[in-house]
Amino acid sequence: MAERERNATPPRGGVFVAATTVMDGADLRRAVTRIAHEIVERNHGLEGVVLIGLQTGGVPLAQRLHQSLADIEGLTVPLGTLDVAFYRDDIGLRPVVPEAVTDIPFDLTGRTVVLVDDVLFTGRTVRAALNALNDYGRPRAVQLAVMVDRGHRELPIRPDFVGKNLPTRFDEQVDVGPEGVVIGSVTPRTADGKSNR
Amino acid sequence: MKHLLSIDDLGADGIAQVMRLTDNFVEVSGRAIPKVPTLRGKTVVSLFYEDSTRTRLSFETAAKRLSADTMTFSVSSSSVNKGESLRDTVETIEAMGVDAVVVRHKSAGVPWRIASWVGASVINAGDGWHEHPTQALLDCYTIRSRRGSLSGLRIAIVGDIAHSRVARSDVAAFHALGAEVVLVAPPTLLPPTLEGWPVTVSHQLDRELGDLDVIYLLRLQRERMSEALIPSLREYRTLYGLTADRLRRLRPDALVMHPGPMNRGVEIDAEAAGDRRSVITTQVSNGVAVRMAVLYLILGAGADLIAPVPELVGKP
Repeated sequence: MAERERNATPPRGGVFVAATTVMDGADLRRAVTRIAHEIVERNHGLEGVVLIGLQTGGVPLAQRLHQSLADIEGLTVPLGTLDVAFYRDDIGLRPVVPEAVTDIPFDLTGRTVVLVDDVLFTGRTVRAALNALNDYGRPRAVQLAVMVDRGHRELPIRPDFVGKNLPTRFDEQVDVGPEGVVIGSVTPRTADGKSNR
Repeated sequence: MKHLLSIDDLGADGIAQVMRLTDNFVEVSGRAIPKVPTLRGKTVVSLFYEDSTRTRLSFETAAKRLSADTMTFSVSSSSVNKGESLRDTVETIEAMGVDAVVVRHKSAGVPWRIASWVGASVINAGDGWHEHPTQALLDCYTIRSRRGSLSGLRIAIVGDIAHSRVARSDVAAFHALGAEVVLVAPPTLLPPTLEGWPVTVSHQLDRELGDLDVIYLLRLQRERMSEALIPSLREYRTLYGLTADRLRRLRPDALVMHPGPMNRGVEIDAEAAGDRRSVITTQVSNGVAVRMAVLYLILGAGADLIAPVPELVGKP
């Protein structure tokens, strides 16, 4: 689920109701393969390239890209995950709790970091990620790969590799899952405060 | 969460949440730059009316790693010596604009009083013989990181239970997480009543040794003893100390713990403190990460901690 934090702001989150499928599983697979080729092309190979998936939506995507890069070039690049909770700019404004422990077991200094996320929206998560990366070393360059760019940027951030540009309303939600990309909306939970889980 | 005064404020779910969050801060602490900008602009003051090395330094390190500003109030060089009351001192500190007060005091209940006077968050860093919740949290975390869970473990807390705030908080926390707690002490070092404590009591350490997952040794708090509660330190060591001989009878996977500072040669021998089963220094390093988690929960994460995750319903 993308942008779960935004949905989790009071009153008590909500339920994601899917409306339109924008990409199906095959589309997603082709987009991953294309992005992998673009990463190889842009960097003239994979020398010094590392992949870092942003928790939570970017992690499975980074794993798929990692596999795809291995299929193309026949070598495995280092793969890490990053949770940006402690670097967010809205701490104190809403509940911010990390989803998982960051795992970057290699030095980033001199590497080309490809940040991977599922949906690029306001750009604030990427801003937080850029700050976080600094604390793990000084990368030679940072590139950004996203499956969906849905617009509404609030910061001067643009992606290097995009699966699909998807114009959306601000209040819509985009979910990237293994079976595809879905646009929907979040409705409040039922009156008793319980989820329908 | 506004304050952390007692382990009971957290309950089993709250403790579990602190544990999960601590995993993140252990990662932060292990990095080349062990610092995150999370609590920039927040001020944490440590107000210690009792001597402390590890707890005060641990809280201050934790606050600094979260980029909070820290102030240290040390009683010996303050206006307390001119007769300033606790309330006046606290209100003076609050007037300078602090977000959290970490307090240690020799009297039980002081953190609750301070919480009723000020708008800032209050964290209990030890009040008399009563509670020391962050110590219990770091103890739980240390056991959890070695054994995966506390559920079903048999934990002995050995020694001066009567004067120990660590024991009171640990019993509550260990029990909340499903461990079985046995208190091992001479009758003179047990509280007058154990009514309501979810524990069993033993006076014979030797009978318990082979059956323990964790042996938690308490410091013999000579500064709090106003009367002769034990015949001699030597006799105490003979009956309740973790000697090299007793160490051999512990299970190979048992953990040896101590909240520090240690009286080596009294409740714990040097061989036991240095044994591979000893996690005493791990307790200290986990203490920083646990306190980061507590400060983050109180000052950063927002009041509502368990963020609901929207779920997918149906297919389009």
